[in-house]
Amino acid sequence: MTTRTESSSDTAALLGPLTPELYRIVGRRVETGDVVTLSLEPPGGRTSSAFSHGQFNMITAFGVGEVAISISSAPGAPGPIEHSVRDVGAVTHALCVAPIGATVGVRGPFGTNWGIDDLEDGADVVVVAGGIGLAPLRGAVRDLIDRMRAGRGEVFVVVGARSPEQILFAEDIEEWRRSGAHVIVTVDVGAPGWEGPVGVVTSLLAGAPFDPVRSVALTCGPEIMMRFAARALADRGVDPLRIRVSLERNMQCAIGLCGHCQLGPLLVCRDGPIVPFGGMADRLFMERQR
Amino acid sequence: MDVGDGAVIDRGGLDALIAGLRSTGFRTMGPVARNGAIVLGEVARSGGLPLGWRDRQEPGRYRLEQNQGPELFHWAVGPASWKSEFFSPEEVLWRTPTSDGHVTLAEPDEPARPIAIIGARPCEVTALGVLDRVLMGGKVPDNRYAARRADAFLLVVECGTPAGTCFCTSMGTGPSAGTGYDLALTELVEVEHRFYAQVGSATGAEVLAGVPHRPVTTDDRSARQAVLARAEAQMGHSLDTEGLPGLLARNLEHPRWQEVAERCLSCGNCTLVCPTCFCSDIKDVSDIAGAVERQRRWASCFDLEHSYLHGGPVRPTTASRYRQWLTHKLSTWWDQFGESGCVGCGRCIAWCPVGIDLTEEAAAIRATDGAVAAGEGRIS
Repeated sequence: MTTRTESSSDTAALLGPLTPELYRIVGRRVETGDVVTLSLEPPGGRTSSAFSHGQFNMITAFGVGEVAISISSAPGAPGPIEHSVRDVGAVTHALCVAPIGATVGVRGPFGTNWGIDDLEDGADVVVVAGGIGLAPLRGAVRDLIDRMRAGRGEVFVVVGARSPEQILFAEDIEEWRRSGAHVIVTVDVGAPGWEGPVGVVTSLLAGAPFDPVRSVALTCGPEIMMRFAARALADRGVDPLRIRVSLERNMQCAIGLCGHCQLGPLLVCRDGPIVPFGGMADRLFMERQR
Repeated sequence: MDVGDGAVIDRGGLDALIAGLRSTGFRTMGPVARNGAIVLGEVARSGGLPLGWRDRQEPGRYRLEQNQGPELFHWAVGPASWKSEFFSPEEVLWRTPTSDGHVTLAEPDEPARPIAIIGARPCEVTALGVLDRVLMGGKVPDNRYAARRADAFLLVVECGTPAGTCFCTSMGTGPSAGTGYDLALTELVEVEHRFYAQVGSATGAEVLAGVPHRPVTTDDRSARQAVLARAEAQMGHSLDTEGLPGLLARNLEHPRWQEVAERCLSCGNCTLVCPTCFCSDIKDVSDIAGAVERQRRWASCFDLEHSYLHGGPVRPTTASRYRQWLTHKLSTWWDQFGESGCVGCGRCIAWCPVGIDLTEEAAAIRATDGAVAAGEGRIS
């Protein structure tokens, strides 16, 4: 029998790819009514696995199950690795209510990334996020703002939420604004005191002051939102090959073995989740029930 | 003896071969006739093989018959494929053996004895190669599968009596053995009961050299050719593979998907008997004392839960699930792994309780290429 305990990682190389590493919850922040950000650290002073913007980990709530959760902190950022979890099922619920000090399992990181390390100088970046879709973009926006400060390209962020109290990472959004990023937040349904726009993100893309020809777009959110946002961006003149979307399918192994995340020609865990809109997601978005 | 060399052995030689493999630590598994079907079981001597049995297979129908002949391999394929020996129908990935407040994860040990397969079919050897590309050809291989495969000995028996549901000639996977085996046998019964043996690996050469054998004669060669030619002529089914991946990819809204969905029970039998279907569920099971086991089980794309996302399944209709199964086997497998996911064994045809025949479904779409369903017939 080969074992893994919290105090030892000596046997790591001998264990299979479906056995998680053990991490500890060292921080817990309630973001909105149903989203909690967990800060995770491997015990014993070990460092977390290196990851790229937009990748995800498989997180285990022991005794309940394992789910794919995107990493919401930035690669290379000091401190623990963060995952923002929306309470939508048994495992995400267990994670959302897990206390500081609890042990969780972590496998990863998995999947393709936003590719922002390879952007050419002068390219502007348009980020379009809906709901929890902002989580895998949060670290990217942080690093895109550093890039903007270095004079390498502007950052436009369009965020959609169901209502003002459901706006994720409100403090970060303020910070992004102060740093000079162009940020628009819209809600589906307003509330007393809300003075921002009400409506879907796509309606705001038409008027946003970015130069489409120089732009790269990164979008994550409900599939229907991405479909319309990507089309609106393409209509504005953004090259469809430079529009990147993050796909979602049932994921169980995350290493291309279990077959659940198939989407036509893709195994989303292996070939995605981030794929170009042009020549790939544009077609897949039209093939429903696939 | 080298790879590519041949020799002839008799039934005594086959017994010596099985005994030799067992004495060197192999668990010898082969086809056995049990409960009215050819299934997989431990085979200690050639007499344990399906002596004198032959199968009759048609869409939705499988029967075994005794014909009193001397043949051990006078049948095509049974419902069980060799997939299960390497990719377990259910297994424990890890468990937490203690619940003292600290999490300890323990992976179960692998059985120490490697497997020797006595009598896989050429289509099944191809299927194992297809599974190899899926389960150990990517960036992160399935370590358990890879270990079981690495240690295995594979004896393939060329096909002399294909079933009514077979179409390996269409898929280029039989009736003769291709590659990926240690030893290939062809059963010859005319004049004397014997096996034409061909060496496929260094291990195969060693095993064959260790049993009584004689050189191959011209008669043996022509007898083997006659067996294979007869098998090709008797092939029960065919599938036109010309441009097939593209044909299916451009017919995702063909009315045939709805038509077949009216017959399909969404039972998943086809995926369970398929030698290349690799989907699995990963589930955690806990006991009342707090111990947790993570289990992996074969899954089927016909299960509603297979495509579940928060909010519901992506493929809620039988039409969308049948379309997923067929297009994956014959079309998107090429995109994902660069080859066909179907080897032409015909199991899914015989074991479908309502006799749905994938070759017929593909042909129906080809016959009306470009037809688009309207209204309720549309999937999207």
